[in-house]
Amino acid sequence: MKNVIRILALFVLASSPLIVRAENIAIVGDTIYTMNGNPIKNGVVLVSDGKISAIGPADSVKIPADCRVLKAAVVTPGLIDAHATVGLSGLLNQPQDQDMWEKSAPMQPELRAIDAYNAKDTLVSWVRSFGVTTVNTGHAPTALISGQTMIAKTLGRTADEDVINPAAMTSVTLGRNGLTFAEGPPGSGGGSAAKPPGTRAKAVAMLRAEIIRAQEYAHKREGKDESKRPGRDLRLEAILRAIDGSQPFLVTVNRQQDILSALRLAKEFNLKIILDGCADAPLVLDEIKASGFPVIVHPTMQRTYEDMENLSVETAGKLHAAGIPIAMQSSYEGYVPKTRIVLFEAAVAAANGLGFDAALASITIDAAKLLGIADRTGSLQPGKDADLALYDGDPFEYTSHCVGTLINGQVFADGPH
Amino acid sequence: MLLRPSLQLALFASLAAALCAQDKPLAIVGAKIIPIAGEPIARGTLIVQHGKILAIGSAETIALPPGADLIDGSGKVLMPGLIDSHSHIGAGTGGDGSGPIQPDARVLDSLDARDASIQKARAGGITAVNVMPGSGHLISGQTLYLKLREARTIDDLLIKLPDGTNAGGLKMANGTNSIRATPFPGTRAKSAALVREQYIKAEEYREKITRAKGDPDKMPARDLGLEELVEVLEGKRIVQNHTHRHDDILTVLRLSKEFGFKVVLHHVSEGWKVADEIAAAHVACSVIMIDSPGGKLETREADWRTPAILEKAGVLVGFHTDDPICDSRRFLRTPALAVRAGMSRKGALEAVTIANAKILGLDARIGSLEVGKDADFVLLSADPLSVYTHVEQTWVEGRKVFDLSNPHDHLYAVGGDGAGDPRRAHLCCFTSAWDLIADANGGAQ
Repeated sequence: MKNVIRILALFVLASSPLIVRAENIAIVGDTIYTMNGNPIKNGVVLVSDGKISAIGPADSVKIPADCRVLKAAVVTPGLIDAHATVGLSGLLNQPQDQDMWEKSAPMQPELRAIDAYNAKDTLVSWVRSFGVTTVNTGHAPTALISGQTMIAKTLGRTADEDVINPAAMTSVTLGRNGLTFAEGPPGSGGGSAAKPPGTRAKAVAMLRAEIIRAQEYAHKREGKDESKRPGRDLRLEAILRAIDGSQPFLVTVNRQQDILSALRLAKEFNLKIILDGCADAPLVLDEIKASGFPVIVHPTMQRTYEDMENLSVETAGKLHAAGIPIAMQSSYEGYVPKTRIVLFEAAVAAANGLGFDAALASITIDAAKLLGIADRTGSLQPGKDADLALYDGDPFEYTSHCVGTLINGQVFADGPH
Repeated sequence: MLLRPSLQLALFASLAAALCAQDKPLAIVGAKIIPIAGEPIARGTLIVQHGKILAIGSAETIALPPGADLIDGSGKVLMPGLIDSHSHIGAGTGGDGSGPIQPDARVLDSLDARDASIQKARAGGITAVNVMPGSGHLISGQTLYLKLREARTIDDLLIKLPDGTNAGGLKMANGTNSIRATPFPGTRAKSAALVREQYIKAEEYREKITRAKGDPDKMPARDLGLEELVEVLEGKRIVQNHTHRHDDILTVLRLSKEFGFKVVLHHVSEGWKVADEIAAAHVACSVIMIDSPGGKLETREADWRTPAILEKAGVLVGFHTDDPICDSRRFLRTPALAVRAGMSRKGALEAVTIANAKILGLDARIGSLEVGKDADFVLLSADPLSVYTHVEQTWVEGRKVFDLSNPHDHLYAVGGDGAGDPRRAHLCCFTSAWDLIADANGGAQ
């Protein structure tokens, strides 16, 4: 009988892909992971005006007569990918759809993801078809400072309609991928080393000089004599926002010495940073923990070469066990798969020490907290956005399917995937 | 021998120990066995000796040989060692940039048997693998079918055919990977024309050899590349052909039919568009499952349903990692994702075992747990298609080559400090594993 219901739910979803968001919907789930307390067995989520209006066990939540009813074995909050490049790094991998890497200079904090994000790229709907409803996306970790990320819902309309935060973080990359010789395919020996930074020490020196320039700029901008104030500098303003904490640096670091460089920089300039990648994190767990900074862990299944050669599927679990806040990510791929699916990356972490609950949290509520959007996403609670993912089994199992996704109460059936 | 006496002694002792291990029967008792040949056995026994399978059946019906070593498999799942029909482990290479057709290049002459990627493949339950040169050439060289025995050198990994040669195929490619700047072809039609021209040369070369009737004076001058293509024409070497777009797939089928060579289609991103044509040509496919479509124009319409569609059309379907494209340690994800997209569970498990054995022409020896076949198997913690399942042990020809409970092996399985360093690979053997097996079996395998 359950199977019949699931198939029916699937059919209903498939036959009406787009619904206006004002619709009232009831989602009935065998298990609902609210990420706000214990899972609810045989529960109901009510959605109206794009928000969650009620949630609870089926016997305590009355489904209004005019409600559209969706059923699924498992219901979770819509998944959040804490660091992606979808929308900038497009499906085709041709020059016209690759906006994640501006190679003209090593530090370009003035570049904004929102000025490049293609909400209609197939990869956006592809990740949505697995339940991903929110992405923190932007320029790839391929330059010392590659640009500013944005947080968007995967609605697939336009950047301006789908955006939650147009300037969430500024991407900084230390280690091999932040150097200019990273240009060129792996193993090729790279591009021109004449264009700095060509070494780790040079990269950090350039970054320190730039931050100091930003500090001096701020000081001069506040000078008493208006005529002597410098003109606006968007690059330096972006850096200043990492100092005042309003727009942290997202620092991609994998080798342990690069992780420590990031922490050293943060301390020197009192920067707010979020660590990203951190393949060698198990070697410097104490230092990361002491810093208080959260970590967006590298994709569990990322390839093991260069700075990532020692990455471990157990790192997410170890960071979590140490009490360090984490979220998972799809990161950036220059070839195939053009995007990873954060659900699968969390799944492999779940099976390798992180465990089901923490893994699900790392792509829902913990990711929402890390991105500063937990007031409206990340858990199923009345008043929050109606972002939900529906599955026909354990979401982490390879053989389960995402049978529907809701964003702001709008139902998508891209699958079953 | 320049070895010090103490070292000679150590070598002898190690050899003797290894031979002893082969001599004694080994029984794995109590596991759920998925033999691939036949239905799963809820609580089974597998007995192996001298690198071969002696007996297999339900635990109640199989008697344990006296003196057998025992492994308790209770609660675990035992299945044939996985076969990967397309991989790049061992950091091997093929042809260089000097031209599009290089059948003389052998991956044999480039492979590092101690590369970490090989131990990682063992950690993924892979016991046999087709290691290929890349896809940047129309013909990039000779591939090698390897057994992932413990290895000091490449010789320890080789699979010897009855005639003493090394088992392997020929790597070919079409589509955009092999379309490059001069002297490579610039278009698809030119690609096919160059291949056609080369096979005609091989036919003529073969004709000259036939006409010489063994007279050395009448034999053509040796041509290493054409020799290999003659092997292809005579069915001794299977063409393993990289191809994505549906029209490129049809071009491969056309060439294969024209010259009568045996071919396997690899990747087949658009195989779903021409499944019936592939089935009618009786050509097998080795499919890859990538987490998203795209990454190149040819794969923009790659579809997870391809294995299911090919299966339904009656095509023999195998899977591959294309490692490092997919990680060998997570090879079982591939059949699982295919099941997610509609393939039968049976077909998906066959695709990483017996179907791949057929794709490599080695199904008489490997790919299923049957009496007389090689004792290549994996012990899993639970169902092969679950994300929560771990490969616990990998065995090749009756010898354990991976054990998750061993800290060193664990490092390769999950990663961590040192896992990327090929020089840390440990060595168990002081002599060629192949020689040991051959000795134990009284000659050629």
